[in-house]
Amino acid sequence: MTIRKLREWCIERLVFLSGITSIVIVVLIFVFLLKEGLAVFGHVGVLQFLFGSNWYPISDPPQFGALPLIIGSVFVTLGAAVISVPLGVASALYVAEIAPKRTKEILKAGIELLAAIPSVVIGFIGMVTLGPAIKSLFGLPTGLTALTGSITLAFMALPTIVSIAEDAITAVPRQYREAAAAMGATTWQTTWRIVAYAARPGMLAAVMLGIGRVIGETMAVMMVTGNAALIPHSILQPVRTLTATIAAEMGETVQGGDHYAALFAIGIVLFVITFAINGVAELYLHRTTRR
Amino acid sequence: MNVRTQQRVAVTILFLCTVLVVLPVLIVLAIITYKGMSALSFEFIFGMPENGMNAGGIFPALLGTIYLVTGAVLFAVPLGVLSAIYLVEYSKDNAVSRLIKLAIVNLAGVPSVVYGLFGLGVFVAFFGFGVSILSGSLTLGIMILPVIITASREALESVPSSFRTVSFSLGASRWQTIRHAVLPHALPGILTGTILGLGRASGETAPILFTVAAFYLPTLPESVFDQTMALPYHLYVISTQVPGIREDFRFGTALVLLLLVLILNLTAIILRYRFRKKKRW
Repeated sequence: MTIRKLREWCIERLVFLSGITSIVIVVLIFVFLLKEGLAVFGHVGVLQFLFGSNWYPISDPPQFGALPLIIGSVFVTLGAAVISVPLGVASALYVAEIAPKRTKEILKAGIELLAAIPSVVIGFIGMVTLGPAIKSLFGLPTGLTALTGSITLAFMALPTIVSIAEDAITAVPRQYREAAAAMGATTWQTTWRIVAYAARPGMLAAVMLGIGRVIGETMAVMMVTGNAALIPHSILQPVRTLTATIAAEMGETVQGGDHYAALFAIGIVLFVITFAINGVAELYLHRTTRR
Repeated sequence: MNVRTQQRVAVTILFLCTVLVVLPVLIVLAIITYKGMSALSFEFIFGMPENGMNAGGIFPALLGTIYLVTGAVLFAVPLGVLSAIYLVEYSKDNAVSRLIKLAIVNLAGVPSVVYGLFGLGVFVAFFGFGVSILSGSLTLGIMILPVIITASREALESVPSSFRTVSFSLGASRWQTIRHAVLPHALPGILTGTILGLGRASGETAPILFTVAAFYLPTLPESVFDQTMALPYHLYVISTQVPGIREDFRFGTALVLLLLVLILNLTAIILRYRFRKKKRW
C-alpha cells in the first residue's frame, strides 16, 4: 500500500513539474532575451534604440536605431491587416452561417491546408510569382516591396482569422437567430446585424491573433520584402521588418558582441509586442465563451 | 435596394471573399506541382547535392529534417502529454492552472524567430550544445509544445467523466485511472496533435537558422552534436542565397517539402474525422 502511495506521489510531482513547464519556458525566454539583449543598452539608450533612424550595425562605429525596422514591420503589418481583416471576417461569416454543410467541410479543410503550408514555401512562391507581377504592374525597379510582403502575409494571417472568428460566430446562441428569423429578418440581416454583432469580441480576438501572426512571421517576409533597412516612404519600396533583421543578420554576428546583443534586443521588442497582443486577445476570447 | 436583392448581393460577396481565401491554396499547390514535378526522381530524393547544389539531390536536407522533427517530438510529446494530464486530471481551477493556460497561449504566439534566439541563447550557448541537431530539435520541440498540449488537453477532456468515476469506484488510484481508463481513449486525439506538431516542425525555418541548419555539408551527420542540412532551410538557401540554381530544383525542393507537410496534415485531419465518427459516447 505504501509503495502504491509513494508511486502516486512521485507521479503527481512529475505531472505537476511537466504542467508548469509552459510557465517556466515563457519566463526563460524572457530572461534569456534580456540576458543577451540588455548589453546593447550600455551602447545606446533605450529611446535611441527605439527611435534612432539609422540601422548600420556593421559600420564603425555601429549605429543601432531600430526605427526603420519598426516602421518596416508596421507598414507590412498594416497592409496585411487591410487585406486580411475584411476578407477573413467575410469568409468566416460565409463558412459559419451560409455555406451548406458539405461545402463548409471542404472550405474548412482548405483553410487548414493554407495554415499548414510552411512559410518558406509561401515566401518562395511570393518571390517568384507575386514579386514579378508587382514589378511590372507598377513599373518598379524591384518587385520585392512592402506591398508584396503585405499581400503574402495577408494569406498567412487568414487561416488564423477565419478559424477563430468562425468559432466565435458558431458560439452565438441559436435563439438569437431564431428570434431574428421570427421577426422576418432575412439570413443576411440576421447574419450581419445579430450574429456578427454578438460575436464582436471573438472576431476582434481573431483579428488580433492574425495580426500577431503577421508581426512574428519571419521567413516569408524576409524573402519578399527586399530587405532594405531604410525608412520607407511608400508601400512600393523595399523594407525590412524586425523579424527579418534578426534572421538575416544573426549569422554574421560575433556571440556576445554589440550587434548580437542588438538583435536580441529586437527579440525583446517582438516578444513584448506579441505577448501584449496575445494577452489582450485571450481576454476578448473569454468574453465570448463565458456567455 | 429591396431586402431580397440585398440578401443575394451580400451572400455573393461573402462567397467571393471565401473563394479568394481558399483559391491561393490551390494556385500554390498547382504552380509548385506543375513546375516541380519534372525534378522529382529517385536521384533527386536519395542523392547527395553535387556541383554547387545544381545537380544530384536533396537527401541530406530531407534526412536532416527527419532527424530534427523526430528529436522535437521525442522531447515535446512526453512533456506535452504530462502537462495536459496535469491541467485536465490533477489541477483545480486556481491561479496556477490559469497561469499555465495563459503561458500556453503566449507560447503559441511567440514569433518563430524568437524561438530561434531562445535556442541560440539557451541550448547553443548556455548549455554548450553548440550548433547541433540536439539544439535544433530542442528548439523545435519547445515551439511545438503548445500544439501538443492543446491537442492532448482536448483529447483528455473529451473522455467522459463517468469513465473516471467507475474506475475510482473499483478502487483504482488516480494514476491507475488515468493510465487505464482515460489515456487509451484520449490516444487518437494525442496522436492527431503529435502529427500536426510534426507537420509544423518540419516546415519551420526560423527556429533552426541559428541552432542547427547548415548551408551545405558534404557528409551526413553522425551524431546529435553535428550540424545538419534541413529541407526548409535548403529551399531558402537555393532560392535566395545562391544565384543561378536550376528552376526545377528550386520548385522540386518546394514540392518535396510541401508534400511532406501536407501528407502529415492530411493524415491528422483524416484521423480526427474518423475517430470523431467512431466515438460512441
